[in-house]
Amino acid sequence: MKHLLFSEHQKMAELIHTNYRLLFVLPRFGIRLGFGEKSVGDICRAHDLSTSLFLLVCHIYTFDDFLPSPDQLDSFTAEELTRYLHRSHTDYLDNQIPEIRQQVLTLAAGCEARNGRILEHFFDDYSREVISHFNYEETVVFPYIHNLSEGRLSDEGYSIGQFEENHSNIEEKLGDLKNILIKYLPDSLPEASRNRLLLDLFLLEDDLSKHSLIEDRILVPLVEQLEEKTR
Amino acid sequence: MNDRPNKKIRLAIVEPSPLLAAGLQSVLTGTGGEFDLCGLFDELDPLLERAPIVRPDLVLIDPAVIDFRKRNTLHGLFDRLPETTWVAVVYGFIEPETLKQYHGAVHIYDDRPKIVRKLRRAIEERARESDNATGENYELTDRESEILVSVAKGMTNKEIADAHHISVHTVISHRKNISRKTGIKTVSGLTVYALLNNLLDQSEVE
Repeated sequence: MKHLLFSEHQKMAELIHTNYRLLFVLPRFGIRLGFGEKSVGDICRAHDLSTSLFLLVCHIYTFDDFLPSPDQLDSFTAEELTRYLHRSHTDYLDNQIPEIRQQVLTLAAGCEARNGRILEHFFDDYSREVISHFNYEETVVFPYIHNLSEGRLSDEGYSIGQFEENHSNIEEKLGDLKNILIKYLPDSLPEASRNRLLLDLFLLEDDLSKHSLIEDRILVPLVEQLEEKTR
Repeated sequence: MNDRPNKKIRLAIVEPSPLLAAGLQSVLTGTGGEFDLCGLFDELDPLLERAPIVRPDLVLIDPAVIDFRKRNTLHGLFDRLPETTWVAVVYGFIEPETLKQYHGAVHIYDDRPKIVRKLRRAIEERARESDNATGENYELTDRESEILVSVAKGMTNKEIADAHHISVHTVISHRKNISRKTGIKTVSGLTVYALLNNLLDQSEVE
């Protein structure tokens, strides 16, 4: 390994101090704060989680150039990974996006009616795109992986190669939203809620980019291995 | 900038680790190579003092030598040596926002050909940047605003070209400049821009 990485013997709390963005990750593994001095390994075992999958996700979140080696992908099942990804999707759809939408509405209520409508409309447009992207993964990609891990290939000739269908448009829209808030809405908007919203958008953007890294660097190679074995 | 007869690229290295510095030097300045070492520093300040004399074309720098709080003001530093290309030497975690400001980045696990390729690309990138900087206006030109309105209305590149009597190629280049200046990349984002700047009325986009 080319990095100094987290270890299962470390205290869970240290991970959060090293990278607070892992606060997004813990709930998606069902881990709640308040774990005292417990180690990563103990907590994973208590939650019946694959320690190696948990650490892999934390590494991708924390070290930009981290690439898992092929043998690291053997230490957990594809189902464990899709369970995490599914919980992440639920978290975005049920918590992150609605919370941000609430902030958009607050801000929109504080500005000129016409601008408020434009902002709301653009945000809803963005969230629709996120939802449809997750839907595609939930209804096409995950069932495919489920079948594959039971040894069945797709009847329609689907393969994970087609997953390359990337996240770029979603990222671009979010980037546009940030620019609209930073540069183009007039300076008469309520400052505090505008700033709060922007800060949360930066965090969301960061978190979503890690989410797609997990898909690109863990999910895709893992499923490619499964495809190899099944053919 | 490169008026020396042998046209070698004048390379300065700013790296506090003697091991890394020696390694970089040996990988890059072997015989027959295109780089010529003009200075080896373990801190930034001595380089800045010596820069008028050593005139580096390329500075390979460990981003860690720059104080964390100053990492977002790198442009100010780069502007002091406007003809010099700045490339980061990466071996640990550096925030992407910081790294983006450099003209390029080499990773210590890159092999020699890859490093050389990245350095060449960084030099081109720097040249392009200074071309753009001369006389650059951040505001959209009137022409660009017109094109932007057409895009926001949902017109295709071909339709825009016909309407403005320009080639599709020109339309694309205008669109690139619009996105570069505004930072807005999607059509719906451009529509919002046009609406907020009163270039377009809501009724025209429904």
